[in-house]
Amino acid sequence: MADQLNNEGAAGLIPEPVIVKTERRWFLAMAAMLGVMLAVIVLTGIGQMLHPLSDVETIDPATLHLQGEFVESNLGSALEPDGSITVRIIAEQYMFVPHCAVVPASTPVRFRLTSADVTHGFFVQSTNTNAMVVPGYVTNVRTSFESPGTYQMPCDEFCGFGHHAMAARVVVVPKDQFKNLRPDERMNCGTQ
Amino acid sequence: MERSRILSLAHLWTAFLCFLPAVGLGFWQMLMRSPLPAPVDDPNTYYASVTAHGSIMAYVFPTFFAMGFGYAIAVSALGRPLQGEKWAWVGYALSLIGTVMALVPVAAGRASVLYTFYPPLLGSSWYYLGLALVIIGSYFWIALMLVNFRAWKRENPGKPVPLAMFAITACALLWGWTALGAVSEVLFQILPVTFGWRHTIDAGLARTLFSVTLHAIVYFWLIPAYIAYYTLMPQAAGGRLYSDTMGRITFILFLVFSIPVGLHHLFMDPEHGAGFKFVQSVLTFMVALPTLLTVFTITASLEIAGRVRGGKGLFGWIRALPWHEPMVLGVGLSLLLLGPGGFGGLINMSYAMNAMIHNTSWVTAHFHLIFGGAVVIVYFAIAYELWPRLTGRPLVSKRLADIQLWLWFWGILITTVPWHIAGLMGQPRRYAIFDYSDPVVAKTAFLVILSVIGGCIVVISVLLFFYVLVRSSFAPVAESMPPIRYALSVNPPATVPALLNGFGLWNVILLALVLIAYGYPIGQFFFLHNQDAPAYSLTRGITK
Repeated sequence: MADQLNNEGAAGLIPEPVIVKTERRWFLAMAAMLGVMLAVIVLTGIGQMLHPLSDVETIDPATLHLQGEFVESNLGSALEPDGSITVRIIAEQYMFVPHCAVVPASTPVRFRLTSADVTHGFFVQSTNTNAMVVPGYVTNVRTSFESPGTYQMPCDEFCGFGHHAMAARVVVVPKDQFKNLRPDERMNCGTQ
Repeated sequence: MERSRILSLAHLWTAFLCFLPAVGLGFWQMLMRSPLPAPVDDPNTYYASVTAHGSIMAYVFPTFFAMGFGYAIAVSALGRPLQGEKWAWVGYALSLIGTVMALVPVAAGRASVLYTFYPPLLGSSWYYLGLALVIIGSYFWIALMLVNFRAWKRENPGKPVPLAMFAITACALLWGWTALGAVSEVLFQILPVTFGWRHTIDAGLARTLFSVTLHAIVYFWLIPAYIAYYTLMPQAAGGRLYSDTMGRITFILFLVFSIPVGLHHLFMDPEHGAGFKFVQSVLTFMVALPTLLTVFTITASLEIAGRVRGGKGLFGWIRALPWHEPMVLGVGLSLLLLGPGGFGGLINMSYAMNAMIHNTSWVTAHFHLIFGGAVVIVYFAIAYELWPRLTGRPLVSKRLADIQLWLWFWGILITTVPWHIAGLMGQPRRYAIFDYSDPVVAKTAFLVILSVIGGCIVVISVLLFFYVLVRSSFAPVAESMPPIRYALSVNPPATVPALLNGFGLWNVILLALVLIAYGYPIGQFFFLHNQDAPAYSLTRGITK
């Protein structure tokens, strides 16, 4: 029993220099592997313009209904002079205003969201459009939708007892069809 | 010796007795969000339950476990009585009072803010005070680990601090530093509002301070499991640790790199620019390194044990290992779970891919796989290893213990794999109710039911764990019970460099890294304007 207490059978089984050498090799292999993964992330990030949210903009949640870009008449999809789309949405317990946004397919879309009360989440299902909506800040997300269709947009951060009931939709229509929509139809999906 | 055993046992029993109801709540939550019928079909109760489940599993259970394990290590690895034992009991009492203080308002439905409690949605002051008290209690433990670490070094100049003690001290230091994020959020931002002294709160700053704690806490949970990997498993397997030095480097890397990475939880947040998100994304890759090193050292240690036991050939050593030993089985299964768990983690920290799974069920599934799977399975194995030594009574059945670990392994896999897939399909997390009549949601119904079946297996495993523990606690006292023995390394070092035998310099490097990674992200809030949001009471709406 005595020699089993410290498992003497394994003592000195492998000379220390061999251990040091194998571990150094493993260390370098793992560092190289992480390096490659990091390079992939950096290169795809640059090459395919995959960036996290980056613009830090603040907004007073107490006055956003009264003045500025988030007044009610300015919400929903707006066509910019350069042909791109800006969609402004307010998140509040337990809805998005407007509850539905129409955007044209294959067009640069910028979502601008903010919260009137607590923290919410903005997630267009089956896309990688996904961001937090934090009161006091403007969430600015750039994306574009290739395929027309109706996308569900659930709130994906817990915001209170009605969280699971908070959802909206994004309706992506073919480019030509979008041109023919009346402003009120663009704003809240009108007859869609 | 005897009194410190009671101290450890009190902590470990408290940890597991909190764990038990939290598992029950978790299972009910799974039923609630599935297409299957659930008793008490009420969303408000669901959110209270998630808060209790998360608060216990994230803060209470691992903290008491680390404290109890830490005291056991300090006594057994250092071979000297615990210095400052009465302070340990003070810490224990504070953490216990904190636990009750936090959970009572949750049970009353007045603090259903979930364990991440993101402002400006605020619950009862008692919840935050309670959580702060749990953490303050644990600071007594941190101080005692340092005191005992230093005392041993003074008495044994020039000798390497036993690896188990070195590691648990790294764990304590890590927790001490990282908890400051959440503690300052609670003390300086949340409590002044819930006490009614202030009416607004900067939600961006709060999320950022919380992120300081949110990631490194994972390593606070993980390190006790890694201590078993490095120091208990090779001994139980009949072998030795491949390398003592690599163990020390691993724990130092965890200490240094696990805090300045928390911003990767905020990739999708509007209050930070891409620059620091990128910096912390890179640092997150660094923190994957100690785990990758561990996989090698531990596999090599297993092989050594297998060969000593007569295993031959390329894979023959695997069969020669004593898999009937709960410690060997637990660590083996944990290593297997680390594979898919680590893979998921790499996706989370890569910010382009993060957008796909952010706040979906993928994330919940990921941390249930890593924490529930890879970490807690080793907590069980540690309990099986410690119980006979702490109680002086043998384990009633290693066979039942092995069955329990296998059930846990399969239960966690069956729970979390479909859960990951549902997340990829866009299922948002933290939903009390899903409308399965919606064709999009209906596609996930089968996966969710599969997950519930996994949850059933997990519950059975936990009940079996308690059966073994309780039965063993009433077994007749053994005539002689060998003390806890920690694995020596293949070539035990006579001395180690001072840098690998203490934390002085590493604390400085850690603080410098935190300053670089978090200095601007936190500092910027003091120069922004207009961002303060009115506080929102969970139960009463806007607070005036």
